[in-house]
Amino acid sequence: MTAVTDRQKLAYIAQQAADARVNVELETEGMTLNLGPQHPATHGTLRIIARLDGEQVISAEPVMGYMHRGYEKLAEVRTYAQVTTLINRIDWLGSFANEVPFILAAEQLMGVEAPPRAKWIRTMLFEMARVANIGLFLGEMGLQVGAVTPAFYAFRDREFVLNQIEAVTGGRFHPNFDRIGGVKDDLPKGWIDETKAVMAKMRDFCDLIEELLMGSEIFEARCRGIGVIPPDVALQYGLSGANLRASGVDWDLRRDANHGLLAYDDLDFEVWTHPDGDSFARFWVRLQEVRTATKLVDQLCDGLPSGPIMAKVPRIIKVPAGEAWVSTENPLGEMGYYVVSQGDLTPFRVKIRSASFNNVSIIPWLLRGVYVPDVITILGSLYFILGDIDR
Amino acid sequence: MIRVSDTTDAPEDEAPQPDELREGLVARLSEILGDALVATEILPGKDLWVRVRNDAWAAAAEAVRYTLGARYFCFLSAIDWMPSPYGRYLDAEVDTILNPPEPKEPEPMVPGVTGGDTRLQVFARVTNVREHWGITLKADVASDDDPRIGTWTKVYAGADWHEREAWEMFGITFDGHPDLRHIYLPSEFEGHPLRKDFPLLARVVKPWPGIVDVEPFPDTGEGDEQSAEAGSGEGGAATEESGS
Repeated sequence: MTAVTDRQKLAYIAQQAADARVNVELETEGMTLNLGPQHPATHGTLRIIARLDGEQVISAEPVMGYMHRGYEKLAEVRTYAQVTTLINRIDWLGSFANEVPFILAAEQLMGVEAPPRAKWIRTMLFEMARVANIGLFLGEMGLQVGAVTPAFYAFRDREFVLNQIEAVTGGRFHPNFDRIGGVKDDLPKGWIDETKAVMAKMRDFCDLIEELLMGSEIFEARCRGIGVIPPDVALQYGLSGANLRASGVDWDLRRDANHGLLAYDDLDFEVWTHPDGDSFARFWVRLQEVRTATKLVDQLCDGLPSGPIMAKVPRIIKVPAGEAWVSTENPLGEMGYYVVSQGDLTPFRVKIRSASFNNVSIIPWLLRGVYVPDVITILGSLYFILGDIDR
Repeated sequence: MIRVSDTTDAPEDEAPQPDELREGLVARLSEILGDALVATEILPGKDLWVRVRNDAWAAAAEAVRYTLGARYFCFLSAIDWMPSPYGRYLDAEVDTILNPPEPKEPEPMVPGVTGGDTRLQVFARVTNVREHWGITLKADVASDDDPRIGTWTKVYAGADWHEREAWEMFGITFDGHPDLRHIYLPSEFEGHPLRKDFPLLARVVKPWPGIVDVEPFPDTGEGDEQSAEAGSGEGGAATEESGS
């Protein structure tokens, strides 16, 4: 940890002063800045109405719903396979990861368990979705603070992962590959070796990002001490994933709440936490997570069991009545589905707990007293996807 | 597995393992809440559901956060248990415009895990990240024109947006919430979409025609091309969605 710079001291004092002022002044003062809904920095159609006093934010209010597609309502009239098609599109960068908790919840209600090979393939695609999603974050975090180059490297190297996902599932962005009882198809020939080569390339990409971005003084100055989230606040707001671990909370659903649903019990991986809770910490944790994910995919490739990829399930699936909650450690955080079934072809109610909704709910609290350029840094470091917020 | 009709193939000797952790949690909760704790359900080794009385909703939040240590707020939402009067499927076997279906008797309302007496129920999930367990809390909400329940925002700050969404989608008022207004929908929006009696708007705007006769391709003629495309486009969409 570096010594506290003057800039950080100033930021701290300014934040204290802004806090004091917020309590006293009316919100009608200052300038209202409208960030979005179309804005390069907001990852989609997020609109933030910020009231400024000079360069400092007095209050920031996110306005959402520009991408609200009503998935929870739509899911009530679709069969489970059709819902799977829909929910691919919630977090469109970590595509396969969206399907997994829903299918696992439906399997819990049905009482079927996917065969081991299917479980491992699921976990493999899950981790590859993490590599693709967070790999892009690593590049575009640079974009948020002004370093344009890493984003292109991220997009280029992400293509290798997407090609592998396409080779198995047929879809780069929306695989629609998970089925109740297993996965749709088996792996093509030669895929395992190619994937291991791609994971090695992604590890090189991580090293590149570390050199390019993390080593840069400018990046450190822009990110260290910015947007500090204390751990108890993070827990109250339901922050999850790297956001929570960067505030020092050691909670990873893969290790702590897997319940045998995915293959993590047989795998060896580290969970990274960082005590600082600032934007730099969130970036650092995600960088380590991508490296860990590539190593997990290697382990999964090496140890993939043979066998069937689908359990015996009827052709027309009627899920027995009941309620199930399954959540997994998705790339963006904890994503879960609360599936209520009444013994029908279609679910009765699907509550989609998306990570970004909670991650973004902290913004009004977090952005008080922050300078405008730091607003962009903080939004970038929280890393939300609009489809995940708005569903 | 929670099943209403039990058709399990599980071997008979697999007695449900006593889940000490969750039973201990239920015991501590019932100590604090007393008879406000209406029902519980344990899925051994996996999950715990607890239903509390409407007026004890905020007290239940305090109990799980401060006493049981579940400091991680997962989500809060609601369920509408009324069976949908518009049916449960996307496809119709007949053309509902020319042959509107007979109005049927409304199906009985079947409540879910831990039961319930009302049409609307609020449910929330919190997790204890130290001891690695989660708990789903539920509460009935009176189904009259003004469904109300206490707010969780004093206990979990993150409940703010979740309660706004539950109000917007179900019409449940959270007493004590600082700022209950629309979160996804425009501020002039009327109605509460996730209620079962609110129709899926896409079906109102363009009623589902049911099985559509696909227009045959014309043999020749450029003038027919546009109408052929339109006809086959709709027919294609119909055949796509009629398979499941």
